[in-house]
Amino acid sequence: MSGSEVVIVGGGVTGLSAGWWLARSGVKVTVLDKFIVGWEASGRNGGGASHYSSPLFDEEQRLWPQMDELLGYPTEHQKGRILIAMTERQWEQYRFIAERHTRLNHPVELLDVKQVQEAVPLAGDNCFGGVHYKFGGHANPQRTVQAYAWALQDLGGKIIQHSPVTGFETAGGKVTAVKTANATYGCDAVVVAAGPQIPQLMAQLGVDVPLAAARAEMIITEPAPMMPLGGVDGHKIYGRQTLRGNLAYGGGPHEWLDVDAIGPAARPSTPLARNLAKRLAELLPKAAHLNVIRSWAGVIENSPDGRPIIDRLTSPDNVVVASMSSVGFGLSPASGHAIRDLVIDGACSFTNIDLLKLSRFDGLEKDWREKRGWMPIA
Amino acid sequence: MDLNFTGTDVCAVNGTRSAPEAKYDLVVIGAGPSGIAAAIEGAASGASVLLVDENPVSGALMGNDTPLYFGGRMTAATQNSNRMLEAIFMSMPDLEKAMEAGVELLLGTTAWGVYRNGPGVQSLPEQVVGLADAERSWLVGFDRIVLATGARDLAIAFPGWNQPGVMGAAALQMLLSRYGAFSGRRIVVLGSHDLALETALLAKEHGLDVAALVEVRDGPQGDAALLAKITASGIVTYYGQSIKSSKGGLDGIESITLTDGTDIACDTVCVAIGLVPSIELVDAMHGPRALNAARGGYIPAGEPNVAAVGLCAGLPDTGFDHVAYRMDWVRAALRVNTPDTIICQCEEVTLADLIGIQPPNYLPRPAAIQARSLDTLLDDGPANPDQIKRLTRSGMGVCQGRRCRDQVAMMLAIESDKPFGTIPLASHRAPLRPLPLKILAEWDEPVAMDAAWDVWFGIPTQWVPVEDIGTEYQDAHREMLYTGMYK
Repeated sequence: MSGSEVVIVGGGVTGLSAGWWLARSGVKVTVLDKFIVGWEASGRNGGGASHYSSPLFDEEQRLWPQMDELLGYPTEHQKGRILIAMTERQWEQYRFIAERHTRLNHPVELLDVKQVQEAVPLAGDNCFGGVHYKFGGHANPQRTVQAYAWALQDLGGKIIQHSPVTGFETAGGKVTAVKTANATYGCDAVVVAAGPQIPQLMAQLGVDVPLAAARAEMIITEPAPMMPLGGVDGHKIYGRQTLRGNLAYGGGPHEWLDVDAIGPAARPSTPLARNLAKRLAELLPKAAHLNVIRSWAGVIENSPDGRPIIDRLTSPDNVVVASMSSVGFGLSPASGHAIRDLVIDGACSFTNIDLLKLSRFDGLEKDWREKRGWMPIA
Repeated sequence: MDLNFTGTDVCAVNGTRSAPEAKYDLVVIGAGPSGIAAAIEGAASGASVLLVDENPVSGALMGNDTPLYFGGRMTAATQNSNRMLEAIFMSMPDLEKAMEAGVELLLGTTAWGVYRNGPGVQSLPEQVVGLADAERSWLVGFDRIVLATGARDLAIAFPGWNQPGVMGAAALQMLLSRYGAFSGRRIVVLGSHDLALETALLAKEHGLDVAALVEVRDGPQGDAALLAKITASGIVTYYGQSIKSSKGGLDGIESITLTDGTDIACDTVCVAIGLVPSIELVDAMHGPRALNAARGGYIPAGEPNVAAVGLCAGLPDTGFDHVAYRMDWVRAALRVNTPDTIICQCEEVTLADLIGIQPPNYLPRPAAIQARSLDTLLDDGPANPDQIKRLTRSGMGVCQGRRCRDQVAMMLAIESDKPFGTIPLASHRAPLRPLPLKILAEWDEPVAMDAAWDVWFGIPTQWVPVEDIGTEYQDAHREMLYTGMYK
């Protein structure tokens, strides 16, 4: 397919990675984004890169340590994570997770309180212990998104910002062009990786993609001294210490939303920042004096089973749809590879992604969101 | 998991939030003259009124140029919060009147956010303002809110501005008039519009040595009567000049050199080029705002039940174009600043790295990123300060961008050859003042919050390892990690 033209709808981390992978294969890529690359959840997340529940996990783990070199731009990727238990129940749960990793040959080590504090000096005596994942890691979402975008451009790909997609032209069972308000982009294939806007876009092609959008929030502190290991989770919050030293943490209840065709109208944070602050001060008591200097929110979509949808349609047969179902950032090196394979070869070359097919939702009732309470507050 | 089921998402935020601790008909943020007047008027009409003001802020915050640009020129007296409180009551006799009128007054209390339902959020039980003092944070409900948050200092970089003794006019006025706690003796004032003239005269009244006024334009800018007083007091003004370089020592600035080579000894440089209406709360609550060059920048555009009074609503309109004036100063700064002049002090972002869109020093700079710049970024679309912030970290620090956000926006306008008004306002995010985790924390949160709390969405199938699907381990996983989460 070298020399063919692929239009990617959505300049988030998934679309950009797919575009970068396609450009590496000689495809002429154009990424259309409604605003600025990575402006939604791709640039507003915890930066975790440890998704052992996914069929893309091995590829994620293989690629992350190479990404700075492959992209040519820094992503701030750091290896390893620690899960710290703050209650007896959490310690039981985390040891269960550790056993599971051992069974699946993912290297983990149980840490006692002293070992936790050695790796995470901001932790206190109040924890029960920790699990050190000697795999996975974290990176800077905003820097990584821009790295994909720039790397894609370096390979000749185009990024068109401030251009929401308004529709498609089809002929002979294929999408032949993607339309924005100002231009029409002819194409040989299309990748729709537009996050929460996927259902409205795909409906125009007569394809039902069941996704529901929700808002989640994070808080950021001023910098703390650098800890030996910055990827620290536990106590039902997730986050990381950035390479600058800031603690960036999220978790907690989400709010289901409806989004407009061109995206969420706003991404307000709420007093949930106080509940995040409580848990972070408990997880890392020696950080309790640190100032919180920002909070923010992002809007992400989930599929009914919480797993990604990465699939090439049968009709129109040159369309790949990709939603990472709220865990897209860390998997992006691998999701882009899988999308590239689907576009060029029609099948994923490195793992079985049948689990991620859209057809698994064929029997889903139309009112699934209402029935399970994934609805906006009236 | 059967895809079709009827249930409730117990991990949704619905119904988990705490109710505000108290509710008032009217909350007034900022106890300056306008805020006090609004509070007294509210109380007189029979409303329950809460009046809060963040001052006195802690010595640590003042050291961080929060909320004003103090430049480290506070005396040790500012470490004594009781003395500071006393000073506030002494300087604002109307505070007592407000209390007599039935206004509930909280000083040393920061309003760090206003939250209400609107686009993107419908889960708040009611509209609330987030408050915090030195001990704790809490939420207060309100029917109406008056923002009387005043105006903050505008900083503009010059070589050496990132040392003690470089400060803003509002900070200097506060240290002199309210606290009597200014530690400098010999000051240079930048600007010659009313703010600069008033500040210079005030300094003179307090017995300080005003070494010079420096004006970037070729002639005086301010009110004729004020100018006459400046001339009469013997203060020298240098026109068509800005600061080319400065010298300093451990205690900060010691002398400056103007673009024409004139050296002036001083221990303080007061940047009195302009004030910026403090609209942080308006922006953070997604309230409408509008650029008004004659009123000092972005001001609240107004909406029912949210009023802005005093300088927060805009500087007095004298027909002076503040934005054009500031842009002249920034143009001059771009001529004299060196590539290594720090623009964002918190994150130590240099001018070269800001305009070059380079990452911070702790990251590698491979050839590809060195080839990137603002020019290449502009090929992709108009400059957006929030994007620049993400890439360079300018404005990401603990001063929350108070020292650099305005000048960065102006630099982006100049470098991209666009009018200032086309550059989006960098977003303000709660908490609008730095708040320690232990203060911000809701320690006594509702049980419902903890019950709904999951690390992510609480979708049972989301985290089952792909190898375990359809095996005995799948159920064990669900049993251990998701018991009772979905009903």
